[in-house]
Amino acid sequence: MTQSEPVETFLNALLAMDRVAAKRTLEGSTAADARLDVVERLVVPSLERIGDLWERGEVSLSQVYMSGRMCEEMVDAILPPSDPGRVDQPPMAIAVLDDYHLLGKRMVYSVLRASGYELKDYGTVDGEALVSRVVRDGIVVLLISVLMLPSALHIKTVREALDRAGCRPFILVGGAPFRFDTELWREVGADAMAATAAEGVAVVRKLLDHLPKEYRS
Amino acid sequence: MLYTDDGPPNAGRPMIRTPEQIRALEPPQVADSPCLVKVLEATRGLKAAGGEETPIIGVVMSPFSVPVMQMGFEPYLNLMFEQPDLFERLMRLNEAFCIQWANAQLAAGATAICYFDPISSSTIVSPEHFRRTGLQVAMRTLAAINGPVAMHFASGRCMPILDDLPRTGAAVIGVSMLDDLAALKQRTAGKMALLGNLNGIEMRRWTPQQAEAQVRAAIAAAGHGGGFILSDNHGEIPYQVPEDTLLAISEAVHRWGTYPLDISRESPSAQPLKDPRS
Repeated sequence: MTQSEPVETFLNALLAMDRVAAKRTLEGSTAADARLDVVERLVVPSLERIGDLWERGEVSLSQVYMSGRMCEEMVDAILPPSDPGRVDQPPMAIAVLDDYHLLGKRMVYSVLRASGYELKDYGTVDGEALVSRVVRDGIVVLLISVLMLPSALHIKTVREALDRAGCRPFILVGGAPFRFDTELWREVGADAMAATAAEGVAVVRKLLDHLPKEYRS
Repeated sequence: MLYTDDGPPNAGRPMIRTPEQIRALEPPQVADSPCLVKVLEATRGLKAAGGEETPIIGVVMSPFSVPVMQMGFEPYLNLMFEQPDLFERLMRLNEAFCIQWANAQLAAGATAICYFDPISSSTIVSPEHFRRTGLQVAMRTLAAINGPVAMHFASGRCMPILDDLPRTGAAVIGVSMLDDLAALKQRTAGKMALLGNLNGIEMRRWTPQQAEAQVRAAIAAAGHGGGFILSDNHGEIPYQVPEDTLLAISEAVHRWGTYPLDISRESPSAQPLKDPRS
């Protein structure tokens, strides 16, 4: 069996929304010392591939969503939220700005948790509430999801208010306006954008790899 | 509803909190809804002012897509995949309202109806799932609408389901900038007209020259032989797009979109603005 075969098997089970087959692939590797390893070896690459396939128009958002949700459930079973085997990380949070379209946020949340991270879910918030929660919780990585252009533009106000409060989290943005205008994230004062949930995980992982130790939990 | 000064209203908190509520729902009546009556009054006023010269496009949300606002996207996907009986009931309720609302707008003077159905797009559900669900809903609904209909995917892709779309009865499809406009044209010529596919979000930063290049490329890709309506690809141009850009688009349409077209089919596609992540 080649190294990529388990990933293919797991990926196909996810796209077929076949929980049993997906779980069977993961279960071969759940020894205590290998739990995070299986996430890195199987879950993360599979979700990255699914994100790429969606961006190329080869799979649908409903498949991306269901894959993320299934992975989140399976990873929660082998690595509960308080498990020390989860990723060592600083406080992170995710929010939807001025909108009740929550699916994009839900997918990023699932894929991050399925990749071993923990983050606070602020749900739908306006700019003022978001700023006060980020300051209160000492958030170091803030993910903001939007659907409509005005909400995307309001991120600039959030960044300015955070600056005034002396708070400088890394802001990662995502959502339709950023996919249709790839310059927009810079304009609103974000530090990065992600076109898919899996790309969001890649950005967070790269950031944390380079983050000084004092920022970690 | 959520209101903002710098954009159109947005859907507020979903009103269906649990799938079980669907069992007790009834479709609303247009005549009982003051905001819908107001839209009909506006349509009648436009018809009186524009007569037969100016087309008036009425708008409905597809019964298959409106549950994203009725119950939230995630609960709706869960309903679709896990509770097919309640999904089917919600479709029948929404179809009854959608038909009533479309026909009321046509009776008030609308020339055609734009049926917004982003969930049917291959960006959101797989082609196989669409054939079992969104396609069936569209076929039933459009068959009962008493006028021409454009089916719009609100910037979602439709290339993988293109061959299914004539069965809906739609005369026009609203297409995405994510799909290849020339390839769409090639496959729909003589069957359905195309509506699209300028990038309204990026349009905010276009220079007049870029606006002209985008218009010219779209007309080169889809204008030959007729059956093309130039538009943005989402069904909404943001308030932030400068008027000068809209005027530049209009001038470019008059320059390049007058038949017979003075533009080659082989004209290179206008490229989107650079991807700063690369």
